[in-house]
Amino acid sequence: MEIIGYTLMTIGSLFYLLGGLGVLRMPDVYNRLQAGTKATTLGSFSFILGVGFIHPEWLLKTIVIVAFIAITNPVGSSALARASLKSGVKPDPRTDMGEYLPKEGSEEE
Amino acid sequence: MTTLIVFLSLIAFGAVLALLRIFRGPTLSDRVAALDIMNVIVTGVIVLFALIEENPLFLDIALVYAALSFLETVVVARYLEGRK
Repeated sequence: MEIIGYTLMTIGSLFYLLGGLGVLRMPDVYNRLQAGTKATTLGSFSFILGVGFIHPEWLLKTIVIVAFIAITNPVGSSALARASLKSGVKPDPRTDMGEYLPKEGSEEE
Repeated sequence: MTTLIVFLSLIAFGAVLALLRIFRGPTLSDRVAALDIMNVIVTGVIVLFALIEENPLFLDIALVYAALSFLETVVVARYLEGRK
């Protein structure tokens, strides 16, 4: 049980590190949100459940925390991306957003 | 104990990278996005402190911190959306 827990915690801390690296290195807000949110969600799953596996009497509380993060983290990231698109932050010029790009004429000033 | 310190240093390095983006970020959205990522990392660190201190009270603190960080992200997102 402890070996499973420590393995999960190793994976989780590596994914936390990769999330921070993605936030620092990606070119614009939307890529940063994508890289950071996905990596830290998986990192929280592994890390907090790893703590629950090491102490099995804490498993219920850790499952509650993980479920809460799994629900709220994508919602917050989506709201933030939508708000930054509406407040006029331009995406990176290499991004192809297709039909979701705001039209030139309909942009409210 | 040594493995816990290794985990703590890995997570702290990730948090410092997110903190650099908070300092450098050209727009307000960059800073709020990096702050959101750092809040999730801090939640993980609080759970790690529960393991270091052998005290399950820190798990409740982590749950409350996660709820407050989600509230903060949504409120700032609504503020950014309404601004023009």
